[in-house]
Amino acid sequence: MKPRQKRMMLAGMALAGVVVAAVLAINALQGNMAYFFSPSQVVAGAVESGETFRLGGMVRRGTLEKSSASLESRFIVTDNAQQVVVSYSGILPDLFKEGQGTVARGKLGKDGVFYAEEVLAKHDESYMPPEVADAMQPMPYNGTRPQVSAQSVTAEKRNIKVPRSEPVVSLPQVDIE
Amino acid sequence: MIPEIGHFALVVALFMALVQTVMPVVGAYRGIPELMAMGRPAARAQFLFVAVSFAMLTLAFIENDFTVAYVVQNSNSALPIEYRISAVWGAHEGSLLLWVLMLAAWGLAITIFSQSLPEHFLARVMGVMGFISVGFILFILMTSNPFDRLIPGATDGRDLNPLLQDPGLIIHPPMLYMGYVGFSVAFSFAVAALLGGRLDATWARWSRPWTTVAWLFLTIGIVLGSWWAYYELGWGGWWFWDPVENASLMPWLAGTALIHSLAVTEKRGAFKSWTVLLAILAFSLSLLGTFLVRSGVLVSVHAFASDPERGVFILAFLVVVIGASLGLYAWRAPNVYGGGRFRLFSREMLLLANNVLLMAALAAVLMGTMAPIVLDALGLGKISVGPPYFDAVFVPVMLPLVILMGIGPLVSWRSGDMRPVFKKLRVVFIAGLVVGAVLPLVTMGRTTLMVAAASMIAVWAIFSSVQYLRDRLIRRPGNRGLSAGVYGMVIAHAGVGVFVIGATLSSAFSVERDVHVRVGDTVRINDFAFHLEEVKPVRGPNYHSDMARVTVTRDGEQVAVLTPEKRTYFVQTMPMTEASIDATLFRDLYVALAEQRGEDGWALRVYHKPFQAWIWSGPLLMALGGILAASDRRYRTSAKRIVQTRRRSAVGPVVREAKV
Repeated sequence: MKPRQKRMMLAGMALAGVVVAAVLAINALQGNMAYFFSPSQVVAGAVESGETFRLGGMVRRGTLEKSSASLESRFIVTDNAQQVVVSYSGILPDLFKEGQGTVARGKLGKDGVFYAEEVLAKHDESYMPPEVADAMQPMPYNGTRPQVSAQSVTAEKRNIKVPRSEPVVSLPQVDIE
Repeated sequence: MIPEIGHFALVVALFMALVQTVMPVVGAYRGIPELMAMGRPAARAQFLFVAVSFAMLTLAFIENDFTVAYVVQNSNSALPIEYRISAVWGAHEGSLLLWVLMLAAWGLAITIFSQSLPEHFLARVMGVMGFISVGFILFILMTSNPFDRLIPGATDGRDLNPLLQDPGLIIHPPMLYMGYVGFSVAFSFAVAALLGGRLDATWARWSRPWTTVAWLFLTIGIVLGSWWAYYELGWGGWWFWDPVENASLMPWLAGTALIHSLAVTEKRGAFKSWTVLLAILAFSLSLLGTFLVRSGVLVSVHAFASDPERGVFILAFLVVVIGASLGLYAWRAPNVYGGGRFRLFSREMLLLANNVLLMAALAAVLMGTMAPIVLDALGLGKISVGPPYFDAVFVPVMLPLVILMGIGPLVSWRSGDMRPVFKKLRVVFIAGLVVGAVLPLVTMGRTTLMVAAASMIAVWAIFSSVQYLRDRLIRRPGNRGLSAGVYGMVIAHAGVGVFVIGATLSSAFSVERDVHVRVGDTVRINDFAFHLEEVKPVRGPNYHSDMARVTVTRDGEQVAVLTPEKRTYFVQTMPMTEASIDATLFRDLYVALAEQRGEDGWALRVYHKPFQAWIWSGPLLMALGGILAASDRRYRTSAKRIVQTRRRSAVGPVVREAKV
């Protein structure tokens, strides 16, 4: 084979490989993308029922209910503005806690409950998934906003725990049967 | 005092790295031997000071110096000594210091093992290595100093993240980093060759053992990480297509392509500019991986709290390194003469196909990993890409690669003759089909079309490697033994087959059941009965735990007693699942204790995972192959020969084109 032909063929093969990979990949990517929504977006109707997506926010304190006879659990995810009831049948990750950020993947049921297929774990107590951090709304002002002193800010930067008053949120109660 | 010594030593190391960057390169450019000669001692001194710095940080951990902020955040007086030492690289600052230590160690290794390199070339290599060191030491000193004091000091530390208190995690990061950083050597060789304008077979020969060693460390590092995720995260998965995992897989794919492309460049003088590009790519992906993991832009199950501001520094450094090396490539590579000719059916062509497929897989993984970041940056929404995407794009690209892998070694360079090759492989091919088809049926009692196909390909990979070895043993000239490189390749290729069998059968036939049980209950999976005997409290050095006792029986006979634990660490008060695994060659029995539910009810994960051990054995075989290949005598003899030739004539290195 002449060098020129060879070069052409090499280029052709490389190009073909790229095209095949790109077509395969884009196809698969479209089928397996899951969008992220905050509770506010969900309540506003941004999601169609039946679509798989990820819901992120804080697990509201005092809302986690675990069945003592099965692996069912229910909890409320909030972004401080709106909230969504989540139902999950399975083992929750070790670091899943009330009052902490979480991301769950699943579908919204007709009853408005988010049925999670997976609740994502994290490795570090102080880690907050960036998208959850973005989704959180500023805390509604109710007169008891915790004052953060300069000292505790540096301590937070260093990941050192300082006792802080619990943020008080008043939200409408949601009945969980 | 100790942290200050460490800090100071790091500053001195920075100056040594600066000397190492500037002097040899200027010397090589101007042709001043005295300046060129400064690279070697500077690199050694740099290693010495980085090592001192690292030792001081380790000492601070051992002595529980809770006036050092980093120690406070990652250690505790109740932490066992081995974890106090591994806590040094338990978080961002220390792991970067480990990164720099590894880099300096690779630099030191070059000064020791590459005595035979021409002065000009060595000077440039030292310069490039020094430049990378400067970047990372500056990064540590400016944004992530592990020696920062905490005033006033703390009475005790916050303890090491319990997930990291594990033997696997003592060695996983050093191995992974050895691999990541090791590609800096191939990178430096490539850039040095571009600077010097000489890209030839000798350059490829010098690079090969270094690249192989870096690659084998990366392989071991990835396996250890996967193994750790398997038993320590407590969900029994071994690969999640998580961005952090992908960050280590991408340089591995590029490194694998580089190893094969280097072979062509060394043996045939072809693919020169492509090989250089791959060397740049492999290290760039290592840097990208560091950036992704350390910057906090990723949403990952493996993500630890991180600081986005640091990401900006790495990103800037990434742009400088990649931009400069690609710029240099664009400027110099067109001058590189193409090299040997070859036909459509030749080993060159098959290795080219290897590279094309690996690059396609790499591109697909890169796309899936970067898509969420890019779309978010463009304001197009926050998305995540699920494992099905990666399975769908990765597997169809890799399986043809494994098929070709069986043929490649038997085909001659330049122009292969199809007929003798197929004659040699005919029997093996049929045997592969039969054994591959039967394997799942015999071991698991059932099969599917996909499983059978993957299993055939895997068995073919093993059989054809053995056949190649047989062929070489028969055809060897005289009675000489085969080189270590041949054995290395055969073992590594067989390892790929072992891995594919493990991955296929484990994925297809694992039974994973998350159940709610009471003490005394029995869970049945396949032939195995898991009986929860009791759950009792146990106390460890820095945690207390609930330990379950699960006896596993098969046909009434006891097979194993598993003792999974649920630990709660005193300081970080985070619960930790310690899975208990009974592993044999053909199956893993896996039990994890999740949480108490109700009076004596417990959530339990009970898994039966066939062929799980093969998933780790395969890559370990690949790494073993790498060790053999890198230790091949010809890299050493050729080095000696170069030294001799150079002593005899001052012309420069002359290396005979090897015909293997």
